[in-house]
Amino acid sequence: MFGSVYSESPLLAQFRRLEEELDEVFGSATPWTGGIRSLPPGAFPAINVGSTEDNVTVYLFAPGIDAKRLNISIQQNLLTVSGERELARDEDATYYRQERFGGEFRRVISLPDDVDPDRVDATYRDGIVQISVRRRESAKPRQIAIR
Amino acid sequence: MTNATEVAMQAASAGEDKQSLVNAAPATAIRPLVDIFETADGITLQADMPGVSKDGLNLRVDGANLLVEGTIGIVPEKQMSPLYADIRSTVYRRSFVLGNELETGNIDADLKDGILTVRIPKRPELRPRRIEVRS
Repeated sequence: MFGSVYSESPLLAQFRRLEEELDEVFGSATPWTGGIRSLPPGAFPAINVGSTEDNVTVYLFAPGIDAKRLNISIQQNLLTVSGERELARDEDATYYRQERFGGEFRRVISLPDDVDPDRVDATYRDGIVQISVRRRESAKPRQIAIR
Repeated sequence: MTNATEVAMQAASAGEDKQSLVNAAPATAIRPLVDIFETADGITLQADMPGVSKDGLNLRVDGANLLVEGTIGIVPEKQMSPLYADIRSTVYRRSFVLGNELETGNIDADLKDGILTVRIPKRPELRPRRIEVRS
């Protein structure tokens, strides 16, 4: 009955189904992929976020930016990183591919609730911005002794 | 009877999860984004490869093939568990086919802040010449 609504080729339909299944597995409704401040896949810069007991670390894959002109701010657990990536274009050259991102960017990342906004540390190396935020002591797993 | 009197109460996320931040199948490489442009002297390729240092870069010309390969050298702490990952591999790989007019023995490469710049000169005899029209 609905067959006629989706008139795309069977192959495309299969890809779509795969995408939906992947969304289900990886959770499209996480704060990362479905958050109200999340960006579509492929947005610049790409980010990875990982956590340990002591801190949460955000990696921004931002090659060729001027780290001194990067704005990093944190309010409660909302980390905002904005800046500009200037790509020098050669006016006299013939371009065949221009896949790289140039211009202003901004990413807002919601970190876990237990991060301490007063203890943030950022470094830039080989095109990766690494921002580490400490977690609050009270949020760490503790050993509980039975008396 | 043992005298184990302590019970570890750990959050589930701090348990056995020892995987690295980007540990997806190593076979799947990231295709780096590139700009490619041509000038009178040659062709320049610029590739975004954040996380790659000089040691992790592998640039190879095999016949007419140019292979660009790099490994991300920034390794997260052992006990880190991933919360989110756009980048799910530690290897970049992409190859290009060069033309006959290019001097593959004279390629110049530079890597800075995660951007690879490769300059491939044209053979001198094949650089474009302006042809004057005689009246």
